[in-house]
Amino acid sequence: MAKGVNSRSRFVTVIGLVVAVVLVASWFSRAVDPAPWTETEIEILRSLWIGSLAPLAPDPTNAMADDPSARKLGQQLFFDQRLSGNGLIACATCHEPKRHFTDGRAKGQAIGTSKRNTPSIVGTAYSPWLFWDGRRDSQWSQALAPLEDPNEHGGTRMQYVRLISTDVSYRVAYEALFDPIPDLSDRSRFPDVAAPVADPQSNAAWQAMATEDRQLVNKIFVNIGKSIAAYERLLMPGPSRFDAYVQAVLDRDEAAQHAAFTDAEIMGLRLFIGEANCTQCHNGPLLTNFEFHNTGVITFPGEVPDRGRVAGVRDVKSDPFNCLGAYNDDSVKDCAELRFARTGPELIGAMRTPSLRNLEGTSPYMHKGQMATTAEILDHYNLAPPAMIGHDEAKPLKLSRRELKQLDDFLKTLAAPLVTPSEWLEAPADIDAELVDLAGSAP
Amino acid sequence: MTAFVMVAALLAESTAEENQSDFVRSQVWISQSGLFHMTYISKLDPIVINRIHSWLLHVETPDGQPVESDDITVAGGMPVHNHGLPTIPRMTQSLGNGDYLIEGMRFHMNGYWEITITIDAGGNRDNVVITLEL
Repeated sequence: MAKGVNSRSRFVTVIGLVVAVVLVASWFSRAVDPAPWTETEIEILRSLWIGSLAPLAPDPTNAMADDPSARKLGQQLFFDQRLSGNGLIACATCHEPKRHFTDGRAKGQAIGTSKRNTPSIVGTAYSPWLFWDGRRDSQWSQALAPLEDPNEHGGTRMQYVRLISTDVSYRVAYEALFDPIPDLSDRSRFPDVAAPVADPQSNAAWQAMATEDRQLVNKIFVNIGKSIAAYERLLMPGPSRFDAYVQAVLDRDEAAQHAAFTDAEIMGLRLFIGEANCTQCHNGPLLTNFEFHNTGVITFPGEVPDRGRVAGVRDVKSDPFNCLGAYNDDSVKDCAELRFARTGPELIGAMRTPSLRNLEGTSPYMHKGQMATTAEILDHYNLAPPAMIGHDEAKPLKLSRRELKQLDDFLKTLAAPLVTPSEWLEAPADIDAELVDLAGSAP
Repeated sequence: MTAFVMVAALLAESTAEENQSDFVRSQVWISQSGLFHMTYISKLDPIVINRIHSWLLHVETPDGQPVESDDITVAGGMPVHNHGLPTIPRMTQSLGNGDYLIEGMRFHMNGYWEITITIDAGGNRDNVVITLEL
């Protein structure tokens, strides 16, 4: 009897051990790619792959969009601190090439503090909307707004137009691309400082100018934006480790797949395209749908919630430099994105989906830089607290810590140097010194 | 069939560089109360996310007569996500013979979409609900 109990207890122990081993083994095996990707999943991976990025379409709203000389002029303007009210702020002050054209700060710091986080410029030539709230509808119209924002470049269009007119280097480059610049030396017609901005003195000076003089200044101001946009169109993401992995999946090359990705990264990618629902918004090869979503991101401490797109869409529709305006170079003016843009309460608190490419190098995150790490972003979507305003689209993911870590590991595989040649990623060195010297004595 | 040829001709004319054979007419969708039969041609074919495009609708009665209407509206969204289309598409041209141009179609997520097209023709009002899996 005692022997029978003993053998039964040994049997139970053995069964228990076997079950334990199976459980442990299954736990470990979850860290290994559990199954090949299905054909549907492979198509999703292909859609996210940088090889699926269509060639950049021409921008008919900007006749100089792809002009080599306009790119060079735009690069000079992008890095020129004279394009500011205090002579110290260039576009590159906040859009630093070494940080993928962001600044590492919660909010941009220029003459003052910007209202929002500095978004990257990389790949924005593909976006129908610019800024977090989409208040501009082209790269060239976007480039103009910070130039007159009192917290950013803090200057006026009249100052910038005079710079182009008086700097011999700029004037030569400008007139080779656009119309000759008329004589602007009469300060009673063309004051030093003038723009339709909040500053009363600048605004009064602008309103006092003749309509045709304002149009003339606007035209040159717009061409500054179009040159900067020609430069910005060159800023494109390069292939990342994620793209190498997808390439290996498409090639059915298992060795290359494992060389490119760890098991945890593969699991993270599975979550990214599956259970975590990331590709609902972060889709396509730039990992953004360029649309506006309210995902309940908490407001910046001490601020009222940002109204986001609901205000941005009103701004863009009334922007004189929008697609339907007089400064669009395209006579057809299809402007479908603008004409059929959604408006209304659904957009309260909605912000533009950012690209996830080079996420790691572009911290802090969200429209006010509220989050410092990708882990914080994932925690936010895992809990999805209710939005303070508007219709919240995020729903709690309820993922485990381990799954969140896998997702985080995956997100880091999206880092890569830009595909843009390095000479475009620094201030141009070829400004003719002699011409710059001459600029001091120009009218 | 005549309507199809007309629409195809219009497509070829409006997008000279595109081949009309690239466009495929949808199945017939029947309105909820059965008043109208509808087909559409997407000028983006296959439909992919994140690209704005147009549709050409053809509306007829169950016995095949083209329906003339100056009140055709478009709405839609993803019921699972409780949100609408990212754009506000609308009928911008009545092309005659029951054909209509809808501009401003855009989808921004993969998944299940419903597009509701409401037709009011001489007081006869009915909805067609088109479903799409992108």
